[in-house]
Amino acid sequence: MTLKLGVPSKGRLMEKTFDWFAARGITLTRTGSDREYAGAVEGIEGVALVLLSAGEIPRELAAGRLHMGVTGTDLVHERLPIWEHQVEEVEAMGFGHADLVIAVPNAWVDVDTLGDLDSVAAQFRAHHGHRLRIATKYHRLVREALRDAGVADYALVDSQGATEGTVANETAEAIADITSSGETLRANHLKILSDGLILRSEATLWRSRKAEWGRAEDASLATILKRLG
Amino acid sequence: MLSRRDTNARAMGLREVFETAGAEVVDPPLLQPAETLLDLYGEDVRGRAYITSDALRGEQMLRPDFTVPVVQMHMAHGAEPARYTYAGEVFRRQEDNPDRPSEYVQVGYEVFDRENPAAAEAEVFALISNMLAHAKLRAATGDIGILVAAVAGLKTTDERKAALTRHIWRPRKFRQLLDRYSGKTPTPVTRKDLLADADPLRRAVPLIGKRTLGEIGERITALHNDAAAPPISSGEIELLEALLGIRETVPFALEQLRDVAVDLPAIAPAVDRLADRADAMVERGVDVDRLDFEASYGRTSLEYYDGFVFGFYAERRPDLPPVASGGRYDALTRRLGNGQEIPAVGGVIRPGLLLELEHAQ
Repeated sequence: MTLKLGVPSKGRLMEKTFDWFAARGITLTRTGSDREYAGAVEGIEGVALVLLSAGEIPRELAAGRLHMGVTGTDLVHERLPIWEHQVEEVEAMGFGHADLVIAVPNAWVDVDTLGDLDSVAAQFRAHHGHRLRIATKYHRLVREALRDAGVADYALVDSQGATEGTVANETAEAIADITSSGETLRANHLKILSDGLILRSEATLWRSRKAEWGRAEDASLATILKRLG
Repeated sequence: MLSRRDTNARAMGLREVFETAGAEVVDPPLLQPAETLLDLYGEDVRGRAYITSDALRGEQMLRPDFTVPVVQMHMAHGAEPARYTYAGEVFRRQEDNPDRPSEYVQVGYEVFDRENPAAAEAEVFALISNMLAHAKLRAATGDIGILVAAVAGLKTTDERKAALTRHIWRPRKFRQLLDRYSGKTPTPVTRKDLLADADPLRRAVPLIGKRTLGEIGERITALHNDAAAPPISSGEIELLEALLGIRETVPFALEQLRDVAVDLPAIAPAVDRLADRADAMVERGVDVDRLDFEASYGRTSLEYYDGFVFGFYAERRPDLPPVASGGRYDALTRRLGNGQEIPAVGGVIRPGLLLELEHAQ
């Protein structure tokens, strides 16, 4: 049997993952044409490369169809409600840094904390007859963070892209999204709440607790761990 | 292992008892419009309910409880007073407790009666208590109405009282607000800077989104008023803490509440309600001298209870949720009724849990 290693199939995340493994003596390559999602592993025995969307890697790890996988902390925490039982963090990889934050319009000079956001949510509902809307694709993480902070009278609205534009377009009053430099937020006249950091995310190598770990997979894992040092 | 058929048979038996007590059988649909429930319960319900959608009707929710559809049905065309019973599945996602079932049967009894609230509460509690007597459960009771009255009676601004009332169901946030209003936690620096700024609205550019400049200005004025208001006195905080900490049998709890009411007279009518309820319970054969009362009970439930609350627990199975629970939900009828209101109290039994306990005995 082989150890199945899932890696993002596109873009910078894929390239950086390839570089990270290469620096540890494990060569990952895409095979075939540029458009074909097939890959090969050299420098280590009994490991098969599976290329797939970073967003699907948490689910595949939890289902045990991947033994190991590379994806962001944000996606694992958002998609796997009991992730500690489903996967184990092997190593933070030092790239793909991004923070999940809550941001509101710069013009809200009276709002600096989640406590302020809660007060404004009550005021907004009284004035406008509907809940204050927060646009995000990280529903579970945001809902839990707001529950912990005691924020009420809000509603999450789904936004799968261009989330920073939703406030100006009046489809949301605030947003919760991933940011690395904060530039897009500033360009869209938004500011991060001082206690609005929900999660610090980076690309991470995970091990599935649900996959079948036979003698061969255990041996491959031991070799990988040795290379990681 | 108990089969679905066993549970359904037990549910029918329980529903018959409610029918015999005078309730009309109702059978609301499984699919409920999600918007109503989301507007009522907030985003938290989204994390606990199954939501599905279709292109025509929009978001639909697999019913997380019966209360809302029963209230809507009653307010649309019910005669008063009315008693309803139902039995059927409810659906709850269990992301935090994967061992709990996400689909289970509830049998419920709801009373809509304006005449004598204490008697209606005693009726629901005594009926369910009798039906569960053989299972030797511990009953917990509380009264959110006393907490609401206590907050309303504080000597502080209406804005602070409104914020505290809004968060009665979130104990940690409630505590944070109390600490802020009593001066125990200092004002954050950014708030001080805002209040020191003679014209903060000049910085409110560019203004994007639906919240208006007027609303921002209004809140800044409210923050100035709040900063100028004296802190809630330590004496009042102590009273409130004494009240929240009450955990006694009903007669002793009443005694302690009367003591608190000497210094916080606003709670007196709510305490009288508790006394009336205790009397009504005695008339129905409830052993009130051994019934527990916890002032903070019911503050963390998802439901919209705003008065009497109760639950029945298997003491030897602390892992189980309550076998039965219920309470008064006047505020919910007010919200659903667009200004109309009908005093309502009800409770549900979970026949699946009851059967599990009966088999273990």
